[in-house]
Amino acid sequence: MGGNSNVKLIDDNGIRIDGRRVDELRPIKIEAGVLKRADGSAYVEFGKNKVLAAVYGPRECHPRHMQDPSKAIVQCKYNIISFSVSDRKRPGPDRRSVEISKIISEAFEHVVFTENYPRTSIDVYIEVLQANAGTRCAGLTAASVALADAGIPMRDLVPSVAVGKVNDQIVLDLQKEEDNFGQADLPLAIIPRTGEVILMQMDGHLTKAEFDRALEMGVGACKKIYALQKDALARRYAIDKAVDEAEEPAGEQPAEG
Amino acid sequence: MSRAILSEIKKDHIHKLLAKGKRVDGRAWDEFRPISIQPRFSDTAEGSARVKLGNTDVLVGVKMAIGTPFQDTPNKGVLSTNAELIPLASPTFESGPPDENSIELARVVDRGIRESQMIDLEKLCIEPKKEVWMLFTDVYVLDYDGNLFDAATLGAVAALMSTIVPAKENDKGEDFPLPINHIPISVTAVQIENSILVDPTLDEEKVAAARLTVTTDENGDLRAMQKGFAGALSIDQINRMIETSQRLGNELRNMLG
Repeated sequence: MGGNSNVKLIDDNGIRIDGRRVDELRPIKIEAGVLKRADGSAYVEFGKNKVLAAVYGPRECHPRHMQDPSKAIVQCKYNIISFSVSDRKRPGPDRRSVEISKIISEAFEHVVFTENYPRTSIDVYIEVLQANAGTRCAGLTAASVALADAGIPMRDLVPSVAVGKVNDQIVLDLQKEEDNFGQADLPLAIIPRTGEVILMQMDGHLTKAEFDRALEMGVGACKKIYALQKDALARRYAIDKAVDEAEEPAGEQPAEG
Repeated sequence: MSRAILSEIKKDHIHKLLAKGKRVDGRAWDEFRPISIQPRFSDTAEGSARVKLGNTDVLVGVKMAIGTPFQDTPNKGVLSTNAELIPLASPTFESGPPDENSIELARVVDRGIRESQMIDLEKLCIEPKKEVWMLFTDVYVLDYDGNLFDAATLGAVAALMSTIVPAKENDKGEDFPLPINHIPISVTAVQIENSILVDPTLDEEKVAAARLTVTTDENGDLRAMQKGFAGALSIDQINRMIETSQRLGNELRNMLG
């Protein structure tokens, strides 16, 4: 956190520099099944974040010593591409990516019915194509849709969003300037059906009362994202009536996007 | 951390005791193991501490050097935290480059120190844009019996509190103690079924579903958090863990004097 609260990011009417209110999400776009080779895939935009997720598996687990004879393991690799940020990022995993990959893997291990696929690995790849704060949340949201697109049984879809503190106010879904000059950041992922939290990190400075408010705001927003995730899957697997009646689609999936 | 196999007999034992509200070593759910803090362990480091948390044993050293500041913080010293899980400490640790466990450990410790603004980094500026003091905090795990996060944070904070800036030998005036503003304390708890256990042993970590580390400052404000493992936490459990961290944080802070 920059911790510099002198920069005014919320005006006197409670409007943020991109025109949002404090409890408003950025425009979100979710598409399921966007890649050909992957077993499941999804593309997500959270404002200017552009994230692609792909799922391969369940498949043979490599390295073999990581195999679990009683269940599948979920191996997530979060990566940001070199020109996705303002200063070029050196390609390859850095410490931040390794940490994010680990906590996302753990979150998915809870929702996937891993016991159905002993000795296998379910590989989840998240590539951030364009970054504008909140990429781990956008990536997790995308990866969850990609897992569903791959037909992997799960307890629920997982929506994710970050809540932060900017100009001493609790603010939903920080964008880049707010993240740079913000006072706190709280990325969250929940299981909507139970309301349980499966990913949570925090840095910055929050009182307990501010945390309570942030958590409430984040859980509410996750439920909205959840609806968009379900909608993306419904669109992907909807039967296109026009195509259906005009010509036999010869076993082709009707909707590509 | 390394979630190696635990025998079924031991697992059963932990669960059976927990059903009666007991822990294997007889502690209360919110009780830390005996803590020993030995500052200034090393003569070659600018600051150091050896911390034992029951059988968990970590050694933290601080080295300082003069370097150039980051462009976006031209008048601030530089913080860097590293952790090594050396093979001496556990049969499951391997030598080689840092893996995801040591990276997560280092980053969680770093976040607590950085986000609490423990150190007045502006006082570590020698000449803006040109010369600042760089702080390298290195955590070595010597014996691993669970809860590395709290042992390492406590060790790092104690080491930093004991650090003397080596100005004289670098021709930068008189030596001075590191300027300290706040004292962050992390408290980690795990969830096993419906129980919350503070300061888990290695066996308890292996049985646990979810882990939460909460780092607070002397006002009880939240400065960093990290949820870990594959389990889910209810909002009530999160709140209970935060309240416990606030309460125990003050007790631990007093031990640092």
